[in-house]
Amino acid sequence: MAEMIAIDGLTKRFGAHTAVDDISFSVNRGEVLGFLGPNGAGKSTTMKMITGFLAPTAGTAKVCGFDIQDSPIEAKKKIGYLPEGAPAYPDMTPAAFLDFIARVRNVDGALRKRRIADAVEKTQLGEVLYQSIDTLSKGFKRRVGLAQALLHDPEVLVLDEPTDGLDPNQKHEVRGLIKAMSYDKAIVISTHILEEVDAICTRAMVIAGGRIVADGTPVELEQLSRHYNAVAVRLEDEADTDAVKAALERVDGALSVEANKYAGVLTVYPKDARSLIAEVGQVMRHGRWKVAEIRVERGHLDEVFRRITQA
Amino acid sequence: MGIYTIFRRELTSYFLTPLAYIFIVIFLAMAGTFTFFVGNFFGRGQADLQPFFQFHPWLYLFLIPAITMRLWAEERKTGSIELLLTLPISMTDAVLGKFLAAWCFTGIALALTFPMWITVNILGYPDNGAIVAGYAGSFLMAGSFLAVGAAISPLTKNQVIAFVVTSVVCFVFTVGGTGVVLNFFTGWAPTLVVDTVAQMSFMTHFNAISRGVIDARDMVYFASVIGFFLFANVIFVDLKKAG
Repeated sequence: MAEMIAIDGLTKRFGAHTAVDDISFSVNRGEVLGFLGPNGAGKSTTMKMITGFLAPTAGTAKVCGFDIQDSPIEAKKKIGYLPEGAPAYPDMTPAAFLDFIARVRNVDGALRKRRIADAVEKTQLGEVLYQSIDTLSKGFKRRVGLAQALLHDPEVLVLDEPTDGLDPNQKHEVRGLIKAMSYDKAIVISTHILEEVDAICTRAMVIAGGRIVADGTPVELEQLSRHYNAVAVRLEDEADTDAVKAALERVDGALSVEANKYAGVLTVYPKDARSLIAEVGQVMRHGRWKVAEIRVERGHLDEVFRRITQA
Repeated sequence: MGIYTIFRRELTSYFLTPLAYIFIVIFLAMAGTFTFFVGNFFGRGQADLQPFFQFHPWLYLFLIPAITMRLWAEERKTGSIELLLTLPISMTDAVLGKFLAAWCFTGIALALTFPMWITVNILGYPDNGAIVAGYAGSFLMAGSFLAVGAAISPLTKNQVIAFVVTSVVCFVFTVGGTGVVLNFFTGWAPTLVVDTVAQMSFMTHFNAISRGVIDARDMVYFASVIGFFLFANVIFVDLKKAG
């Protein structure tokens, strides 16, 4: 079965407030779906409904074919879930905590030992295994939560801000871990960090006000940015700035040319995200202006994010 | 088995913090104090544990809420409730597992009062059947206090509130059979009402059992109280888990 998560018309209302408003999507095996959105957009609420913590007001969520409301136990067996804030039992040690999770998930005998050792190795918990969770740093607590979610090698992983509180090295490790697991699982992560979407997600979904406002590959989202395929030129001689600007404005397909705040840097914005690098190169050669640097910009995800979530 | 795994984790967790040890020590010390100083164990000159058992409702009144206040309030506060309820177990498993662990823990504390039993057997020839009944009654009553507290715990994230409310509710259930409440009704209310109120009291049923009379009605009463509050517990957890 390719379609591991199937969400249809999912809605959650808290009193008069609609937290999630008629969301439908599906996630296939091998996909890493990144949930983006401002705080309070409904990311966590959606995850809580997929994992069976909250009952939806309307709509259905199916995990590996099991409806989370009709057959919660079967569906929950398929899911590894890292809730928001990575909660655990503070009095326990990671070793005891992981043992408890393995028992609840019916991972028995020799397999239990192996799975726990495996999860501990993947999340690098070895050195704190026998310290109470209470005393661990934020990064370790997060990794205990991750280890708990991976323990039973689930087909579906739902991770609410998996890299929050980690330092850059740990972030890198966790992203590598998620990427390595992604080929045979369906993974949903939520994040505030836009570079993370670029780094690990095969698909990005932006949620605002409880609705999906954008859904596509990270590159497709970047294309919505006005910076996508813009060409930045840095001139050796600042005195050329005005002349070059005038010449670049005549390029076919250029929407506008802006002089940057740094002297001698010009950015050509294209119409319809088309590539202009060849034309710009030609103009520069033709005018015999000395170029120190020329580069094609990628889209700025944060700009896209701001535009579509504030619209 | 979901229930057993939850039960096992909960029971172990009592002993991970000083809570278990403090509880047991205080329970034993208080039980002894009441029996010998307030209950006049020696002065009565009778070989029984009546002075020991008669104070159990009052001990439970403030010790049991200390156990139950954290059961769900803490899970809600730390957010671990989200983890617990997304594991492949039913809500009933979680509620029963927690309750049984708390009950078993109280049972351990109660069992540790065995020197009292030995003492009374050394000093005289007590009716050991009545003592067994007393322990059974005390254990059942502890279960009822625990069920009340477990049901109240998910209603708040604040353990102090859970403690105080549980104490008050348990107090009403306890004194229901004493003059405090009954005098309020006698004189104007029909006998039926007075009897019903008296029948709703933990004390009435506990006293009946601890005198050595094991009546099915008293058993059914405690079982119903436990069943009713555990059912309420499931509903309250479901209602309040999201907040």
